[in-house]
Amino acid sequence: MKSALYRQSARRRGLALAALLALAALPPLLQALGQDFYVSVAARILIFALAATSLNFIVGFGGLVAFGHAAFFGAGAYAVAILAERGVTAAVVAWPAAAALAGVLALLIGAISLRTRGVYFIMITLAFAQMIYYLFISLKAWGGDDGLPLPARSTFGPLDLKDDAVFYWVALACLAAALFVLDRIAHARFGRVLQGIRENESRMAALGYPVAAYQLACFVIGGTLAGLAGALIANHSLLASPNLLHWTQSGTLLVMVIVGGVGTLYGGFAGALTLLLLEELLTGVTVHWHAALGLLLLVVVFRAPRGVAAWLHGLFARGAAK
Amino acid sequence: MTQLILEQALNGLQFGLMLFLLAAGLTLVFGIMDMINLAHGSLYMVGAYLAAAAAAASGSFVVGVLAAVAGTAAVGALLEVTVLRRLYARDHLAQVLATFALILIANEAVRWVWGDQPVLLNAPEALAGPVEVAGFSYPAYRLLIIAVGVAVALLLYVVVAKTRVGMWVRAGASNREMTEALGVNVRRLFTLVFAAGAGLCALAGALLGPLLAVQVGMGESILILAFVVIVIGGIGSIRGALVGSLLVGVVDTLGRALLPWLLRGFLPAETASTLGPALAAILIYLLMAAILFWKPAGLFPARG
Repeated sequence: MKSALYRQSARRRGLALAALLALAALPPLLQALGQDFYVSVAARILIFALAATSLNFIVGFGGLVAFGHAAFFGAGAYAVAILAERGVTAAVVAWPAAAALAGVLALLIGAISLRTRGVYFIMITLAFAQMIYYLFISLKAWGGDDGLPLPARSTFGPLDLKDDAVFYWVALACLAAALFVLDRIAHARFGRVLQGIRENESRMAALGYPVAAYQLACFVIGGTLAGLAGALIANHSLLASPNLLHWTQSGTLLVMVIVGGVGTLYGGFAGALTLLLLEELLTGVTVHWHAALGLLLLVVVFRAPRGVAAWLHGLFARGAAK
Repeated sequence: MTQLILEQALNGLQFGLMLFLLAAGLTLVFGIMDMINLAHGSLYMVGAYLAAAAAAASGSFVVGVLAAVAGTAAVGALLEVTVLRRLYARDHLAQVLATFALILIANEAVRWVWGDQPVLLNAPEALAGPVEVAGFSYPAYRLLIIAVGVAVALLLYVVVAKTRVGMWVRAGASNREMTEALGVNVRRLFTLVFAAGAGLCALAGALLGPLLAVQVGMGESILILAFVVIVIGGIGSIRGALVGSLLVGVVDTLGRALLPWLLRGFLPAETASTLGPALAAILIYLLMAAILFWKPAGLFPARG
């Protein structure tokens, strides 16, 4: 007899596969409807979903509330732009390089920041992100305030990334791969220990686990994935903008995570989807859409404290019970 | 050269004192209620706009400043009673989300009332010129800011250290539950602290208005500096906020003025001119990271 856990995860895997197929079918569908523009919008949502997912791994899974994720996101974008300027346009070289750079940055920042806890950790990660931001805007060689433009999207073997649909599929593949890897990590021994640390740090330390090393590893994994997302966003907008490094970007990513659902696998995706779709919808309705977004966020805080994903789940569960 | 250093040091002192006005309210909110209020910078912005509007309507700078302080304190109290009060029991993430939402709403509200363009707020005519201090001239208006800053810092010290309300605030910052158990109405005390903090924000906004631009988004840039200040000083400590503000104000101002010049002494001119401003901009963040590295709870931790 199959165990309940196995049945559940098999069902979950089936659902995830169905969602993936549905998402993969989106570009031809949109193009058939004559809405080609929205393929690009959808790609942007997937990229932000990847960035938010990587932050959610640190915040929700590692229990480390970091407020400087823009540093890794932006560093990835700048790495691709700088490499492109030097003539390195192959995605197989530039994208892993961007992710690796962000990972090394996360290693350095994390090693120092993890000496602090709670609010102090929030603030010191913010401080490091601000340092990176000011470093990039004051270096004229890298575009200063204007950012560094990309001459063209990266080359990716036989794939033509200039085609929005192809780019969308590559972004989707990156997101799906990241979600798969993070899911595996969550269920591996490493993930179990990490969750133990999140729930009770001193107990895990007393049991002999090297708490700081585990947390640092978690921080570096999140940072590396954010670097990959940065490489994608630079390719999407053909610009490594200092805005990507600004603290409001860290804030936006954190808001996506909280709106989507802290500590859930799909929380980052749900948050990015909700926020960016709302932005798309509200900008069409009113120029004061920021105010409307603010009001909606307040509603989320007070009505759906565990995030949109959990709220929808609860709504369906209640509906099914009736 | 000495004159330049002295002048920049005074500018740093002036900026530091204004930062203190913001950080004082923020550190108490943080310390007593363990609440991250990202919207603190929005109160500073609202204060500056109210000052500009009231000064334009009445023709008097002083009336503008007083109206801004009273108006913003009222806005702060209203905000506390309607929204923020519900957040104290929640975790930091919920507080970040809610107050981030408040920033969005505040910015849009200000844009809706006053438009996208920066509004004008002029220093009083009588203080427009420079005055002679110890052999060199310094803008009179900046001296006024220093005087007001010192006076408010002293007043705050007396209130916090010598009065009953101040004792409650200090007790609340070091142990909220115990203070409540001793019969202090921390809820009401907190509305008061929040309104006072908002008033101080408005004072800083109104005084800095003539020097910096009064525009949408002005709150966010200074908010980060205020957070740096209270983290350096130790969250919940007024004394820490004062030391942190002066440190950040002076280091930031002197760094921007002197670092490019210092680097030119031992680096090639081209490298120095790129590296100087970059290094000056990140100097205070380096300072903060260094302080947190050696003293992870800041210079003057409020909780033992």
